[in-house]
Amino acid sequence: MNKIWLVIQREFLSRVKKKSFLLATLLTPLIFPAIMGIFVWIATEEKEAQSLRIIEVVDENKLFFLESSEQYAFSFSGNDLETSKEMVQNGDRYGFLYIPKFDLKEPTGIVYYGEENPSMNLISYLENNLKKKIEEQRLFESGIDPKIINEVRTKVSIKSITVDEQGAETVSDATVNYALGFTSGILIYIFIFVYGNQIMQGVIEEKSSRIVEILVSSLKPFQLMMGKIIGIGAVGLTQFLIWVVLIGTLSSVVIGILGMQMPQQQAIEMASPEIAESMPPGSDMAQIFQVISGIDFIGLTLSFIFYFLGGYLLYGALFAAIGSAVDSPSDAQQFMLPVTIPLIVAYMGLFVFVLNDPNGNASFWLSIIPLTSPIAMMGRVSYGVPWTDMVLSMGLLIGGFFFTTWMAGKIYRIGILMHGTKPSYKTLWKWIKTSQ
Amino acid sequence: MLKIEKLNKSYGSSRALTDLDLYVPKGIIFGLLGPNGAGKTTLIRIINQIIEGDSGEILIDGSPLSSDHISQIGYLPEERGLYKKMKVWDQMIYFARLKGLSQQEAKSRINHWLQKLEMSSWKDKKIEDLSKGMAQKVQFISTIVHNPALLILDEPFSGFDPLNAEIIKDEILGLKAQGTTVILSTHRMESVELLCDRVAMIHKSRKILDGTIKDVKSSFRPEVFTVTLENLTQEIPQEWIAKMSDNSCHFSLPLNGKTPNELLSGLMQYGQVKQFEEVIPSMEEIFIHQIKSANYE
Repeated sequence: MNKIWLVIQREFLSRVKKKSFLLATLLTPLIFPAIMGIFVWIATEEKEAQSLRIIEVVDENKLFFLESSEQYAFSFSGNDLETSKEMVQNGDRYGFLYIPKFDLKEPTGIVYYGEENPSMNLISYLENNLKKKIEEQRLFESGIDPKIINEVRTKVSIKSITVDEQGAETVSDATVNYALGFTSGILIYIFIFVYGNQIMQGVIEEKSSRIVEILVSSLKPFQLMMGKIIGIGAVGLTQFLIWVVLIGTLSSVVIGILGMQMPQQQAIEMASPEIAESMPPGSDMAQIFQVISGIDFIGLTLSFIFYFLGGYLLYGALFAAIGSAVDSPSDAQQFMLPVTIPLIVAYMGLFVFVLNDPNGNASFWLSIIPLTSPIAMMGRVSYGVPWTDMVLSMGLLIGGFFFTTWMAGKIYRIGILMHGTKPSYKTLWKWIKTSQ
Repeated sequence: MLKIEKLNKSYGSSRALTDLDLYVPKGIIFGLLGPNGAGKTTLIRIINQIIEGDSGEILIDGSPLSSDHISQIGYLPEERGLYKKMKVWDQMIYFARLKGLSQQEAKSRINHWLQKLEMSSWKDKKIEDLSKGMAQKVQFISTIVHNPALLILDEPFSGFDPLNAEIIKDEILGLKAQGTTVILSTHRMESVELLCDRVAMIHKSRKILDGTIKDVKSSFRPEVFTVTLENLTQEIPQEWIAKMSDNSCHFSLPLNGKTPNELLSGLMQYGQVKQFEEVIPSMEEIFIHQIKSANYE
């Protein structure tokens, strides 16, 4: 045990002390808020520039009075088509909307002229506005009082609540659950790949530089392998925790600074005018907060840590076995397939099945089989999983971890001392079967 | 110190060791000889518990080989390596601690050795910045830092210049004087003759020779004497293909069933016997002779 601890220490310290670790650990969290900050900044800037945009309207029906918004002002100077076009060309107007005379039942021929390509936002804003006006006009013509129309207009939003066996109710929102499952699944996927590769590289380094023969004369190959896996896992966990803290702090600072310049409501409005129109101020955000507060974060965090470590350990042993069987990283390619395929299946399954239908058959199996469960189960956990499924999945993952480690240990023990021969799957199988 | 009985090991269908018996007394330097692929490395790995034998018994000081013995054995493999990116000091501490030394103990012993071999100034250098010879010295210290009772050295002099090889040789002899038992596996027969008290030779998985250097050499005497005669009084027989110079004559003669005294008195009639000496084979000759004759069988 003491010797495993020495190996863990070496593996951990030799990586953490590297300059590249320091750089990656400190710079990565800076990149996230920086990108976020740039987006928010661009959006804010754009909005400021847009607030000056004046659109000339020529309406031959003399029916439509478009209400100006913060971004777009509408001018009804009564000019003709040619003059208005010229105004756009001269830069006096941002754009020009031409509404020809038409039957209200079939509004066709509306044209927007602009110096630059109009954004989707602008077009849908104009379309929604005109649609509303035409509908109001037609209702009015069929004898309905505009006052009634305004009274009749209703807003509907569904609040979804999940009830568990004990009858406790929680407000849920698929979007939030989706985002949580998506993020945690992807993180585990990346973690397994990045640090699994580090294990493999480390094993190959020890093997090709022949250090391993000296090491295994002092401790058992299995101790060496486990020490390496745990040590590198600790490096990853450390890096991950530093990131969480740094990203959290930096993001809240960035949002804090930029948030003052752009209230939430406007952000939503910008994203989609339709949603903004149908939502009373604040209700959307309020619900999201309610949902977030309803999520069992302790349970979520605990299962994240469990699957994060379980998945890493399960695959870590396999990566170590591959590293021990080959002489150089380029030879490792041929054995990577059995490791890569289940990971990619889990990753694809997360998107195709789990996040869309967390309780479906495919989702169930993906979250039970140990090779895919670390990634797939995270997609289900945020929606809530029956405890029987959870116990089964966790139990099988622990069992799977013992199995891959046992198998990898057998390959590793023989592989690290073999030089110059390129083993095949058949040889690996022979190594596994060799006793002692 | 080390006693091996009926040790067998095979890899699939190929045999690496067959019914091997070996006895290494305490406090000597034991030469383990044999051509490449004879099974030496397998034997060394089994003693180091890197791999296990299929059958047979290994005793160290009378007790069966177990993980308790790891801290008593020092092993310098033929193909050796160090972590390139690690500092000399950290690396030595790591190896010493893996052999079971405490942090404190490891530090003081490493300091002692670094000073002794005048390497203290390299402490904070990375292995990749050292010359090959320097790295080999680091490796050597790492092998002996825990004061092993049994030291197994596989080609310890490779990679050293003659000056450093001399330093290492002196250290090995120094360890022997302190009671360390050394198993030396090498192809350099001159160092075997110089250092070893006993040797064993392995060929095609079997032991084909075992004994003290003296016994081995005497059992391989070709029973030939070299003779130098002066002031010839009589023509020497044609078949004694001789080298003549001025008035002396140098040649070698087989005993052909006679005793050395009979041979000598026979020679006296031809002139003044200036030199009469038995031919003692070198270990190199014995090695080559043994392998060749074993291959004929």
